[in-house]
Amino acid sequence: MSAIAALGRLRAAATGVAQPAATVRHRHLSAGPLVLVPYVLAGEAFAPLAVLVGTDRDRPHLLAVPQPRDRDRRFAHAAELGRLLLPYLGAFAAETETIERRSEDPYERSLDAPQVLVPTAGGVEYLRLLGRSTRFRRTDGEFAVAQEVPLLGRWSTWLADRAGVPGSSVLLAMTDLLTQAWVTGQSALEDGDLAALLAWIDPPAGQRGDRAARAVEGGPTAGPATDPAFDERLVPLIAAFDDAVAAERDEAAERDEADAAGGARTDLGPRGRDAEQAIRDALAAELLPTWDRVWRGVELLRALPSGASVAGRWEADRASYSFFAAALADPESRPQPRVPGAISAAAQLAGRERAQARLDAEQVRDDPLLMAAVRLAGEAFRGELGAVDAERMVAEPGKKTARPRPMLTFATDDEPLFGPGTDLACVERPDAKARVLATEPGRVVLELRGGMGGGKAPKPGSVPEVGEVLCWTSLIAEFRRGPDWPDVEDTPWTHGGPPPVPEPEAAPEADDDALEDWS
Amino acid sequence: MTAVATVRPEGDPAALAAAATDAVLADLASGAHRGVVVDSPPGAGKSTLVVRAAGELARGGERLMIVAQTNNQVDDLLVRLVEEHPGLAVGRLSATGYRLPPALVGSSVSNAEKAEALDACVVVVATAAKWALVQDRRWPWAIVDEAYQMRSDALLLVARLFDRALFVGDPGQLDPFATVDTSRWHSLSYDPSQSAVVVLRRHNPDLPVHRLPVSWRLPASAAPLVSEAFYPFTPFRSGTGPGERLLHFGAAVEHDAYDAAVDVAAKSGWGLLELPARFTAAADEEAVRAVATLAARLLARGGTTIGERTPDGVPLDASRIAIGVSHREQRARIESALRDLGAADVVVDTANRLQGREFDVTVVLHPLSGRRDATEFHLETGRLCVLASRHRHACLVVARAGIPDLLDAHPTADPVHLGVPVSFPDGWEANQAVLAELARHRVALPG
Amino acid sequence: MRTTGTTGAIAGRLEQLRGTLPTRNHNARTVAALAANPGCARRGVLDAAGIEKTVLADRLGFPARYGGRSPFAIGRGNVFEARVKADGGTELRRLLAETLGAHPDAGALIDVDHESAGRPSREERVARTRDALARAARGEPDACAILDHPLLPLDVAGRRAYLEPDAMACRVAGRLYVVEIKSFAIIDGSADPGKLASATRQAAVYVHALRRLAAELGLDPDVVATDIVLVCAQDFSNRPVAVVLDVRRELATTRRRLERLSGVEELLGELPETLTFDVDGELVGAAVARVPAAYVPDCLSACELALFCRDEARGCAPGGGSVGTLGTSVRGALGGIEDIADALALADGRRAARPGEEDVARLLRRAQALRAEVLGAAEPGSRAPGTEVPLSEVSGGVR
Repeated sequence: MSAIAALGRLRAAATGVAQPAATVRHRHLSAGPLVLVPYVLAGEAFAPLAVLVGTDRDRPHLLAVPQPRDRDRRFAHAAELGRLLLPYLGAFAAETETIERRSEDPYERSLDAPQVLVPTAGGVEYLRLLGRSTRFRRTDGEFAVAQEVPLLGRWSTWLADRAGVPGSSVLLAMTDLLTQAWVTGQSALEDGDLAALLAWIDPPAGQRGDRAARAVEGGPTAGPATDPAFDERLVPLIAAFDDAVAAERDEAAERDEADAAGGARTDLGPRGRDAEQAIRDALAAELLPTWDRVWRGVELLRALPSGASVAGRWEADRASYSFFAAALADPESRPQPRVPGAISAAAQLAGRERAQARLDAEQVRDDPLLMAAVRLAGEAFRGELGAVDAERMVAEPGKKTARPRPMLTFATDDEPLFGPGTDLACVERPDAKARVLATEPGRVVLELRGGMGGGKAPKPGSVPEVGEVLCWTSLIAEFRRGPDWPDVEDTPWTHGGPPPVPEPEAAPEADDDALEDWS
Repeated sequence: MTAVATVRPEGDPAALAAAATDAVLADLASGAHRGVVVDSPPGAGKSTLVVRAAGELARGGERLMIVAQTNNQVDDLLVRLVEEHPGLAVGRLSATGYRLPPALVGSSVSNAEKAEALDACVVVVATAAKWALVQDRRWPWAIVDEAYQMRSDALLLVARLFDRALFVGDPGQLDPFATVDTSRWHSLSYDPSQSAVVVLRRHNPDLPVHRLPVSWRLPASAAPLVSEAFYPFTPFRSGTGPGERLLHFGAAVEHDAYDAAVDVAAKSGWGLLELPARFTAAADEEAVRAVATLAARLLARGGTTIGERTPDGVPLDASRIAIGVSHREQRARIESALRDLGAADVVVDTANRLQGREFDVTVVLHPLSGRRDATEFHLETGRLCVLASRHRHACLVVARAGIPDLLDAHPTADPVHLGVPVSFPDGWEANQAVLAELARHRVALPG
Repeated sequence: MRTTGTTGAIAGRLEQLRGTLPTRNHNARTVAALAANPGCARRGVLDAAGIEKTVLADRLGFPARYGGRSPFAIGRGNVFEARVKADGGTELRRLLAETLGAHPDAGALIDVDHESAGRPSREERVARTRDALARAARGEPDACAILDHPLLPLDVAGRRAYLEPDAMACRVAGRLYVVEIKSFAIIDGSADPGKLASATRQAAVYVHALRRLAAELGLDPDVVATDIVLVCAQDFSNRPVAVVLDVRRELATTRRRLERLSGVEELLGELPETLTFDVDGELVGAAVARVPAAYVPDCLSACELALFCRDEARGCAPGGGSVGTLGTSVRGALGGIEDIADALALADGRRAARPGEEDVARLLRRAQALRAEVLGAAEPGSRAPGTEVPLSEVSGGVR
């Protein structure tokens, strides 16, 4: 950890007031995000218990599953969630702009994209598992589910996959957003608790952050895993619900055997609805504090200016959204595979590493506080230009003609550790490229090598002037194109050879889950 | 301790090594396997094997491509190839702007940016990154050098270029790394973040795996420790016996701890210069100065190395000494300290970048020196292995006291992933073994 | 290897520390947890004395939050284990054959916990386990193939602990395998790394105990495999799936930690002769405080006493406290500076660097200068976040 960041934590601990971790917000924040606060049942691989969801802080929708182990109720829940989410997720696909590309056909990119906010990183995993457990479900046959279910599965999978791409903003955890912006006087581990984190950043008036954080510890958890103590309270409520459902079914069978088979298995009578309401009330009380905290976090983050390169990264999200929405609209398209093949896995890793490099370089350029840590580590310096030799011409080894290579001498208090020959980029002059000629205490000498136009003399204004204060860094984002991966059918023998081609007529993937009983 | 089933190879090292090499070449010549894997401990003649195998394959009339991981490795291989096989048509595929190093200027190596220009060459050498850009060419054979340092996604990009391949590398060094979290791919047999050899063998479990049994680099003082600490299941021995490698120095300069450490290392092949226990930030100026001073003292003492190839002795100049560290910041600070001491020619580098390199004497800043808490990075077995196995004569370690306590207090809570082979021994055990040896060659540097 | 025996004097000291406090019997989970913070003397002493830390935490006024399990999870775990072992272990045999490549011999599944005349005592179960093991290892024809609910004795710092593996495959190609049954899911070939790690550590404790037992029986310890079979739920179903895990690393760790626990006499040597934790009210905090702790935030998920230790480490005076409470990465960036206020005094130039602190002082002052340059001079104590906005009514939309 950088001493800059460590110092922020120390200061926060000493004063009881959270300190800035950044001077700008490094993620896109949508004008109308969708907030999703999920709970799942403990002990199960993935059994949704409840969600609070919505785009309006004052109108959260509570969806609850009174018996999460009941498969029919689980998929009814997924369908209901789909009916809420799908209109939002699809709404941005209609309005697009045409983007020209150098060597490929132009494409349509949506002007905006959905943004889903969850309380913690657990929410991202929730969407991944939601996607995995629903996208392969069939809408016909013995275990048919509503058409929203597999669609929701494919969207959830896209969101969760995209969340793994560094710098993406379509699915974000509030704890991550807040810890990027502020540093507290507790540990990073404790910052994972949204309640304590927000209490530090935004304590009640007149209270220190440390006191406020301690006061909320042990309260309702932000999920998706529930508090075991809450589960103890839930056990009798679910048992009561099961009893009510069984009793009503018996009564119905007695009353009218013919009608009993008519209604859906998830339909409830008055007793069942009362039992369900008791469960919903308990869940609402547990989930609402987190709902409020996520929206409070949105307010706090909105007050921060957005980093200069945030819009550029959001463009990549919009493009990804448009490609996915187009693929989804194609009736021939298939859900994302369970696991990626060798080629896709390699392409994913390479893509994420490129995104990470881009993010690292852009964030420090956008944010002097992050750049301060780079300067402290000796990988950047900020200084005043004291002397310029604008006429300097140098013939590179192996080249006949001399090119303009102005020499710039900076005075700085920073202690860069790079040696002669290191290539540098400039924060204030993004086009300028320079190479280090010499560093000595208090002084750095650079040779300007790029951003001067192709002429025999530097183009006007391209050479910095004496007195300019500039920041130079060796962290340079190289926007390299990804490699050309082989086609799937050319997967080499070293990696198992081409995977067996999925036959279009093949039997649907086994519905493991549907064949199981759940109690 | 789990019983080690294998025993260190015994017998004439030259004969052992020759038998291993012959077995590899026989497997290649048989044509019975799509791939052959050779595990090579530090300095076991990996390059020699690559150069010989290239010669044998070329003699058999096969064209072949050689994949190395860095430009330096490509150049080193080329130098060896033209030395051993002067008549061979050898090509180097290079990126724009690459210039042949002095040792290759005027040699028979053809340098080109496009594979088409090298179609007349029997052997073409390039980095994996460069090979990834080649289209529409195919070679009956490839040799992949430093294959354990290569990520499997890099192999995926070049495997389409060859029918069969010899994979050579050192399994004990640092695993390849990625800059993002890779856990989501760990359960895949073709995990792109795993090393090329691990993925290759998962998909081709029947490929023959050979081991080179003799380290020609490590002296008799180092091979047993490195073998036991880092290669417990695949032991090797040194090519030279006790007393065959000698290190002499002139008279002591200051008669201080530095001189004492130099003398201890000259006699035993190991030295530990121990600074007083203290927790420090990453850049420990005192340790930085100690490392630089120790390297400068090695030079000032006018050392001579005598070995099986140099019975008359060779002066220990700056080009034969290297300093190994863990962080770039340490490297930069030590370089600056060396400049102040007039010893700027000594190579300083991180463990990552010292992989595959060899020196007469090394000075190592211990990865755990001065640390408040051990981290996975600093405990990594491969890092210590690289640092402790670069030398032909002696290795001097600079460390703050207290590392055993640090190891003792280290919590163990490593996450476990399905399908990921367990690296064994873990960093804890390897560190203990090395520290136990170093403790026998300790010189205290007063604060 | 040192012996794990504890001399009478040490046993006496430990008993005195414990007094009438309830004891906790070690199990695989608690033995595995010994590796969580081995540098903590407080934990070392309490574990050696076998004190039930949950009770101590209550008495200290910091009830433990760690360790609770949901009734839903417990229920699911029991149902799943029963299912795996049902019908004489048919399913388990299939899984063992799949993963180990060899069928367990056609012998029976024997439940060590079966009731003949009432529930068997612990010693009875241990005896049955030893007997079954010895017979299986000797290859007796009617030996069992799978041992259910075996009970393994293990001495932990001189106290006898009883470990209860889920099951053991007794004869697969002449070797014994520990079987661990967990109800968490393996989805598309991967599982939660944290849950896997804790299952692996627990299984390693069983392997360790089993190898000692084998040695006691005069068998080669290597008859116990260092690979274990982990049975989990497959994908989202209740269907079991098994994987083989290599636990050699965890086994080495377990061995190291148990050895260290037997070194408790060094820790006791530093404590007052008359110290006991069995005291009332305010005194108990003072008594516990006599044993130094090494609190780090990770303790919150590994030790019942963590909340007490955290409070202690944060200190009573606002603005003070140990840098370790902020996490090991913060601590690592500060060299050896231990106190928060002290580190800030150094950064702000309010105190001079002591010998040996020069590097850290320079670093902190440089960092402070850079922070001030970027954030403005008003930074220390300035209020960062946005404006105060009253929380609006939110419950209206529910339902």
